[in-house]
Amino acid sequence: SEKLLKLAASVPRESLVAPGTCFGKFTKSQKFRLSVTALDFLAPYAKFKVWVKPGSEQSFLYGNHVLKSGLGRITENTAQYQGVVVYSMADVPLGFGVAAKSTQECRKVDPLAIVVFHQADVGEYVRNEDTLT
Amino acid sequence: EPETGRKKLSSHGRKRAAKRRLGAGSGPAGKRPLGGGGGEREPTGQTARGKSGFSDGNSKWLVPAKAKKTQPKGNHVELSSDGEVEEGSWEMEEEEEDGSSDEMVDDYGASSSEEEELLPIEKSALKQKPDREGLSEDDSEEEEEEDEAEEASKQKMGQKEEEGPDLQLNVDIDEQFKLPTSEEIEKEDILFIYLHVIHQRIQGNMEVLQDFREKREEGRSRQEYLALLRRDMAAYYSYSDFLLSKLMDIFPLPELVNFLEANEVPRPVTIRTNTLKTRRRDLAQALINRGVNLDPLGKWSKTGLVIYDSTVPIGATPEYLAGHYMLQGASSLLPVMALAPQENERILDMCCAPGGKTSYIAQLMKNTGMILANDSNAERLRSVVGNLHRLGVTNAVVSNCDGRQFPKVLGGFDRVLLDAPCSGTGVISKDPAVKTNKDEADILRCAHLQKELILSAIDSVNAASETGGYIVYCTCSIMVEENEWVVDYALKKRNVRLVATGLDFGKEGFTRFRDRRFHPSLKCTRRFYPHTHNMDGFFIAKLKKFSNAIPQARKDEEPAVEAAAPPAVPDTSTAEPLPKKKKLERSKAEEEQKLPQPALKKKRSLQAQKRPLKA
Repeated sequence: SEKLLKLAASVPRESLVAPGTCFGKFTKSQKFRLSVTALDFLAPYAKFKVWVKPGSEQSFLYGNHVLKSGLGRITENTAQYQGVVVYSMADVPLGFGVAAKSTQECRKVDPLAIVVFHQADVGEYVRNEDTLT
Repeated sequence: EPETGRKKLSSHGRKRAAKRRLGAGSGPAGKRPLGGGGGEREPTGQTARGKSGFSDGNSKWLVPAKAKKTQPKGNHVELSSDGEVEEGSWEMEEEEEDGSSDEMVDDYGASSSEEEELLPIEKSALKQKPDREGLSEDDSEEEEEEDEAEEASKQKMGQKEEEGPDLQLNVDIDEQFKLPTSEEIEKEDILFIYLHVIHQRIQGNMEVLQDFREKREEGRSRQEYLALLRRDMAAYYSYSDFLLSKLMDIFPLPELVNFLEANEVPRPVTIRTNTLKTRRRDLAQALINRGVNLDPLGKWSKTGLVIYDSTVPIGATPEYLAGHYMLQGASSLLPVMALAPQENERILDMCCAPGGKTSYIAQLMKNTGMILANDSNAERLRSVVGNLHRLGVTNAVVSNCDGRQFPKVLGGFDRVLLDAPCSGTGVISKDPAVKTNKDEADILRCAHLQKELILSAIDSVNAASETGGYIVYCTCSIMVEENEWVVDYALKKRNVRLVATGLDFGKEGFTRFRDRRFHPSLKCTRRFYPHTHNMDGFFIAKLKKFSNAIPQARKDEEPAVEAAAPPAVPDTSTAEPLPKKKKLERSKAEEEQKLPQPALKKKRSLQAQKRPLKA
């Protein structure tokens, strides 16, 4: 929040590590790459969600894509390449992804096809602790 | 030949060997001296030694005991040290250590190269030979005392060989030691024998020291017992002598043993529920479903859970990754509970890595207000950032300053938490290296740093804040130099006073320690120990700042600056400028004259505290 930023301004620049929560980073080509630290903020607003079965929860947390066999539920009318938030069956947000197939196609494909591309997951807190912002 | 061979022989084996060597004729003769020598060790001993002894080949190993020791050695310590059953049984018959030891030596003297080197009896026997030469074979305990004293002075801890005679001598001293009974145990591993024996000796020694008047040996001072105890404990628990002496000053003896034992065992794993994201019972349910065996931490905590065992790694469950809980020691919950941060306050956490306490503060504040999480170590700050993000803390600013820079960087906080870098003597169970790598210089260096930090912390707090004005100082150390001494220093140097921590359990801090005397209010501080509370050793002190002025008026400008610092000066602080003016007038004010002022301010600050509560 702004108040926080103003207070953070009083810390000398070299010393400041992180004011507030980091949402993501800007890449060299001016794109904004969202990072998993933004999950809490975005999850409630997600329009398109994907639920993952307990068995492939761990696999997603290791950074793998979600296969059809691991897919639990998916919101209706998800377009292809739509950004989604991945949840576990207990409604715990696990991370971000991109739908590889639209909802209709998901019904038709074979179980080993990828349905959600992995983008960011909470497992990264442990795996990439250092590179997190 | 079995006799001169390397094998250990049973009594039967030896007899057989003897028989074989001597042939049928001296067979009975061989046996008789055995029996005879056994039966009347003392009288025949000397004589038998004098003459050619036994004409059979047994003479090598069957040397009669010298009557070096008198009766009171009802001791079977030799027994215990024996690796041989039959030696023990022989002992039982005659109650002569020396005989057995001699026999042992002779029996194995030739083959003492390898594992037998460590046999304390062996060593004691070897020692006895030079001792015999050095001292006369008196039964007098004075001699033994000298012996012991010599041993004590000569020995270093590492030289276990020389412990042997001490073993015997000590047993003489502390006759009422409970002695180990089964020799089979000691047969297994020589090293175990040795530690086991030390352990027994420690216990026996402690028994004597508890009831010194009755159980002491004549002519031996308490210091000797204590010295031996110190050496034994240092060897048994692998502590440096320095640290052990310090611990002996802090703890009475039985507690010391408990403390040392507790340090060998790790404390149970505890987690703290992140109430920003979940509730404790939901989390407990979810973890139980994953196969974790857990329990609430205790009455004193609403967010803690203790993990007994688990089929999944606790640091990697999806709940952990979703930020529902944080792995944290139970004792780390306490300083934050003592700090009691309120919503919409500005809080400084001066040494925050890895961020457990910071995130607890944030969850208590419900993500309102602002926390400045500072640590001087940049690498550890990454874990702070990671943890804060994971747990969903939004009101924290992370910075990498040296804590001592603090009021200059940003001041006027409502509360400050200082978890000072310390020697780590309370967390020995997590880091056993502390047992040996800390010495006087380390402790004093830590203490110096802590004093500087606490002064900075105090200066960073706005005494005039409505809801706050508190500093919590905590360390994970049990040393008085780092705890009470630092707090006492702060009391002298700044306008603060100690208040109750709000923790109703835990031992009170020391108000006096050896030659030092501390302020009586140090009773409000709390000490926690691994052996009493089953959490890491900890010290917590809660200070309230009642004036922004810095005493001694070494800088007259300072009070004025401090008065200007707090951004919003509430009504209650109107009292502040008046006392400050008085201070400026009497620039060389004595400490005593300040006391009436603190009394005034006390009332006002209490009122200030009460007001928000009522509101």
